[in-house]
Parts: sequence; structure tokens; C-alpha cells
Amino acid sequence: MNLENRKRELAKEFSPLLEKTTKTSKIWMGFLILVILVGVYAFFVQLFKGHIVTGMRDNVVWGIYIINFIFFVCLSYSGAFISGILHFFKTPWKNSVSRIVEIITVLSLIIGPIFILLCIGRLDRLHYLFIYPRIQSPITWDIIAIMTDLIGCFIYLYLTFIPDFAILRDNSEEAPKWRQKVYKFLAIGYRDIPTQREKLHKITRTMSVMVIALAIVAYSVLAWIFSLTLQPGWNSSIFAPYFIIAGLYSGIAVIIIAMYLIRKYYHLDHYIRKVHFIGAGVILLVVSLLFGYFTFSEYFSRWFSHKTHDTNLLNTLFTRYFWMFIFANYFGVLVPIVILFFKKLRTIKSITFAAIVAIVGLWFNRYLIVVPTLETPYLPIQDTREEFVHYTATWIEWALSFAGVAAFILFFILIMKLVPIIPMSGIIDNEREQKKNKKSFKKIVTE
Amino acid sequence: MENKKTEKGNTNRRNFLKLGLMSSVTAVAGASLISNLAIQEEEEVAESGEKMRLLTPDGKIVEVDASNVNKYPEALITPEESRKGIPNRKFVMVIDLARCKNARKCVEGCQKAHNLDYNEEFMKVQLIQDNPEASPYWFPKGCFHCDEPPCVTVCPTGATFKREDNIVLVDNDRCIGCKFCITSCPYSARQFNWGHKDKFDDKSQPYSPETSVPAAEGTVMKCDFCPDMLRQGKLPHCASSCPMGVIYFGDKNEDIVTNGEETVRFSQLIKDRGGYRHLEHLGTKPNVYYLPAVNRQFPLERGFDVEEDIIERYKDVPFVQDLKKQGKI
Repeated sequence: MNLENRKRELAKEFSPLLEKTTKTSKIWMGFLILVILVGVYAFFVQLFKGHIVTGMRDNVVWGIYIINFIFFVCLSYSGAFISGILHFFKTPWKNSVSRIVEIITVLSLIIGPIFILLCIGRLDRLHYLFIYPRIQSPITWDIIAIMTDLIGCFIYLYLTFIPDFAILRDNSEEAPKWRQKVYKFLAIGYRDIPTQREKLHKITRTMSVMVIALAIVAYSVLAWIFSLTLQPGWNSSIFAPYFIIAGLYSGIAVIIIAMYLIRKYYHLDHYIRKVHFIGAGVILLVVSLLFGYFTFSEYFSRWFSHKTHDTNLLNTLFTRYFWMFIFANYFGVLVPIVILFFKKLRTIKSITFAAIVAIVGLWFNRYLIVVPTLETPYLPIQDTREEFVHYTATWIEWALSFAGVAAFILFFILIMKLVPIIPMSGIIDNEREQKKNKKSFKKIVTE
Repeated sequence: MENKKTEKGNTNRRNFLKLGLMSSVTAVAGASLISNLAIQEEEEVAESGEKMRLLTPDGKIVEVDASNVNKYPEALITPEESRKGIPNRKFVMVIDLARCKNARKCVEGCQKAHNLDYNEEFMKVQLIQDNPEASPYWFPKGCFHCDEPPCVTVCPTGATFKREDNIVLVDNDRCIGCKFCITSCPYSARQFNWGHKDKFDDKSQPYSPETSVPAAEGTVMKCDFCPDMLRQGKLPHCASSCPMGVIYFGDKNEDIVTNGEETVRFSQLIKDRGGYRHLEHLGTKPNVYYLPAVNRQFPLERGFDVEEDIIERYKDVPFVQDLKKQGKI
């Protein structure tokens, strides 16, 4: 009975988050929808006029679309990775962040592949990928990996939602009819009986391991799209692990930023505490050290062995892309390291700042992997058309990129309207654990 | 009892694994079956009922259905037929760098034949200077039609393919425009149709991968070795339009190449003149060979007798920068 009361309490506590929409959040959502609409317009312009409206040409055939693709997909893989680890090792402070991580995972996994579709010249022939599949092509591997990962992540996310759907179904008498119906359908008859609970825990645990494995496979395949070609800047054996680390780096940074925004705008200081930021900050520190190490070894070996074509690439990087290179690979790594290394500097705001620097730096790091390589092919580009020699993204590409980010934030807000961002079942589980510990502690004392 | 239970669990798991394997196998088999069926359907042509009488080369008269008669006897090879290649041939090209003076006739001949615009070039003439001391040379470059083509490996739909006669073609009916082949080609041999052009709508000539005409928006195109000309026993357009006889073309099986004026043994030519393949170390095994630019027939400067716009292309070559400083161009 006590448990039921606690559930009711929690459902009440979180109901304003689900049902009330403040004015500022309405304005925000309107703004996000506007950005998305501009993106949709840009998409139709590209669809009807062709890829000529983008900055991509015969040498740089992949631009910021593919960068956003890698960026979002990496984000999602790292989300899956982190959430899998949180679940599997039953990390003590996981409850407050686990749902944020899971939502990031699924949303970025939906938005990422949209960017790869924007790279495709003939969307009307997309089904040829399934009619005439060729298993030799890394693109086919990538399609299989991403689809498997998407399904796996959806199942996993849904599993973690079930107990909360059940609580909401039982405790939302005042909510509108459609909401009640949705909760009832989504809870699939979960009654929180010990056997059910046991089963669900087991399945979730299994899925959390599967999701980690899927993430590693899918990451590597994504990196292979580049590293299996013969191009000087791409043909590198460390690309797969490098992408995994880079993905983790961006993933943790986005989690920190999301925690900061949610804590600030939803007043969840009680649940998302400084200890969470410090924990995430320390992980970011470790990953940024690793990421810096990988970046260093990648460029250092190219510079030291100085094969002609590698030298050409480095020349491009250190002339035309000098400041971007400095920002992405020096500031983007060193600033987070310095902030997170010293205990005194670890405040919520500074950790969030480090995360923002990390994520912007990482996006430019991806840019430097994709574009300069394509601008420095084996045979020198001899062309008088500026747009064929150098790549600059057009407003169409930027509009679609920002639309992707806006869609990410908008969907995030909408999902938070459906289920509480802090898992209620997790809170209850925690309290149960604590009670058990107390009891056993008492037992030990009395004995 | 305990044992039995675990045994049962094991067999269940085994069955499950089996099922998984089986289902994936059937999925693959099914997919290939479907694609096979699709091919067969394409090949079947509805009989028109109208009969035609034809005289065969050995003097017999035969009656065939009108629909079986190829309406474009010389030009049209359907995308499906173009995958097979010309039997018993292994085409090779040999480019004699000692004779090239950047006359650009190969570029123009190719552009005319493939209905390409001013800046669209399957055949490019580059100015290469291997090192600061080396003398630069003109370097005509199309597609190398590699024996280990990276572009074909990465294509997710089989739109680009390697034929038995060494030629690598693109079927723009099947290309989805992912551009992966462009990024994986180390020789920058491929072009993309970025926007719509009126010439794509010109359907007077039915599309064939062997002619690459008409091109299509959002698909990839490249040098195709002109198989339509080869079928007629003629040289590719670049070879036949070169006034200097730079480009030799021929069949490796017969060990013969010709530039239209002289016909030589391929193996002998490569041996005597030190023939090499560009970027051999990449392991792509190109079918285009180069003869080094030694004992040149023309001074390099003759190549600058072209439009200003073309000269501007070579501005990054150190030699050209020197020439400009001296005020020679």
C-alpha cells in the first residue's frame, strides 16, 4: 500500500511537467518549428532543383550533410553505449540521467540517417538498395548496422519506459481520455508484480549488453565508409576506434548540456545534482584525453612519415584550414581537459562550458576529416571554377543542418511531455534498495 | 530431471539459432530470387504478332517476330546487355606522353561524342610535375578501367560494374547518386550531374551505358572507353581524334594496340618504352598504361597555346608560376 502511495505521490509531482506548457516553452517550440519549416523549404528546393543548390561539386562530393550524419549517428551510438553501461553496472547515480541518455540515443538515430538521405542524388531510387543489394559495399553494411541498431535501441528504450507507463496509467485519473488510453496501450498490462518486475529487469539487462555490442559494430562500420577507401586522409587503421572515442566524447558533452538545460528550465535541482555533473565531467575528462591521444597519433604519424599525399593534405590543413584546425584539435581538446582537470574549476557552469567547447570542436574535427581530404586528391585538382576547387556550404545546407538540430530539441521537449524525464520507477527502485540496505544494516547491528 | 531440463533448453537454443540462420539464408536467397525474376521479366518482350522475313548471312530466308528485331542495330545495347562485355576481348589503352602537346582534341572529340558541356570532361589533360627538378609533362587522363576497381567494390546497387572485356561502366538507370564511387576513386575519374540540364530530356537516342548518353540528373558518369565504337571495330573517340597519335588502343588478348596510324605489339611497346601505370602502388591494376615523356616531340610550352581559361587551370604548378614570373604566359 505504501508503494502505491509513493507512486501516486511521484505521479503527482511530475504531472506539471507533463501537462502544463509554460509561455516560454511555447515560444521556444514555435521558434523550433519555424527553423524546421525553413529546413523543409530548403529540402524541397534541393529536391526540385537538384544538388546544384548545395556547395558540393565533383571533388568535394560530400559536405556538411555527411558531417551531420556522422555527428548525429555517433551521438546516438555513444548514447546507447553509455546507457548500456549505466544499466549493466547498476551505476548508483544513473537514474537521473538514464532517460536523458536514452532519448538522446533514439532521437539522434532518427535524425542522423535523414542527413545521409540528403546526400543521395536520386531519392526516388532509394528502394534500389534493397532490390539490387550488393553485400560487398560498406554502404550496405552501414544500412544493415543502422537498421539493426535502430530497432535494438527502440526496444531498449521502450523496455525502460514500461514501468513508468504503468505508473502513469494507474495515476492519471485527471488527465485527458486520450492520454489515459495511450498510457494503457503502452504499458502492455504491466502490473509491477515481482515476477513481472524480475522478468523486465532481466530483459532490460540483456538488451543493455546487446545495445553496447550493436553500438560498437555500427560505429566501426561508419568509420569504415571512410577508412576502407584509398584516400590519403581516410585510409587509416585507427579510424574505427577513433570514431568510437569521438562519438563518446560528443555523446557525453551533449548529455551534460541536456542535463544543464533540463535542470535549469524544469527546476529539477533535486534530482539532477552537482554530483551528476562532476561524474559526467570526470568521464568527459577521461574521454577527452583519449580523444586527444587518438587525434595526435593520427596526425603525428602522417606528419612524421610525410608521404607526398599526406604532406599535401597537411599543407591544406595548415593553410586554408589553419584556424579551424587549431580550434577543433587544440582548443576543442585542451580547454575541456584544463577545466575538468582542476577540482576547483569543476562547477556546473564551467563543466557545461567545457561540454559546449568539446561538442563544437568535435563537429569541426569531423569537418576536417571529410572536406580537406576531398579537396586534396591524389591527382591535383586543375580547374578554374572556384566551387569545384573549394567547398563552402550554401544556405540550403545550413538551413537543413539547423533544422536537424531544431528537430532534435523539439522532439526532446515533446517526449518529455509524454513521460517524466526522471524515471519514477527508478526512484522507487532506489528507495527500495535503500530500505533493504538499512534493514540489513540493522540486522548486522542487532546481531 | 535437472539434466533433462537443461538439455531441453539447449536444444531449444540450438533450434533458435538454426531458425535464425535459416531465416537469414532464406532472406538472402529470396532477395536474389526476386532480383533474378525481375531480370527475366525485363528480358521478355511481348510478341507483336507481326512477322518479318530476313535474309541471313549464309543465304537463308527466316521469318521472325517483328519485336525481336533490334531497332537500333548499331547503337542500342540495353543496360542489361551492356553488363556482359564484348566476348574474348581485354581492352587496354597506352598513352604516349612524349607526343602530347595539350592540343585538347581528345577532350573535344570525347565531349562531342558524349554530348558533354564545356567544363564536363571525361578525358582531362593535366599538367603534372613529379618533383621540383623534373620537367613537367602533359598528362591526358580518362578512366583507368582498373582490374581491381575500388568504385565497383563500394557501389551499393551494382550500378557501376566491371565487364569481362576490362571495361568499367556506369548504368545511370540504376545509380542512386550516393557518390561513394566518386570518393573511392583515387584518380578523380568520375563526375556527378549536379543539376538538371535540357540535354537530359533529349530521348532521341535511347539510353545505353555503352554510350553514356543521355546522362541523367543525380547520377554519376565517367569515361567509358566508347564500347559502341569498339563494337563497330573503331577506336574510341579520344584515340581517333588525337592528331599526334598519342593514344594507342587495343586488345591485350591479341597483344595489339593501334593509334590509327601505326599498329604495334602491346607487350613490345611497354617493354621497349618503359611503360608504367599511374599510382601503381595503390594496387588498383589500371588498364591504361603510360609511356614516359622522354625524347619529346614538342616543347612543353606548345601546350600553352590554348584559351586563357585553360591555362589558368595550371596556375598551381611551380613551372607555370615560373613562366608567369618571366612573363612568358
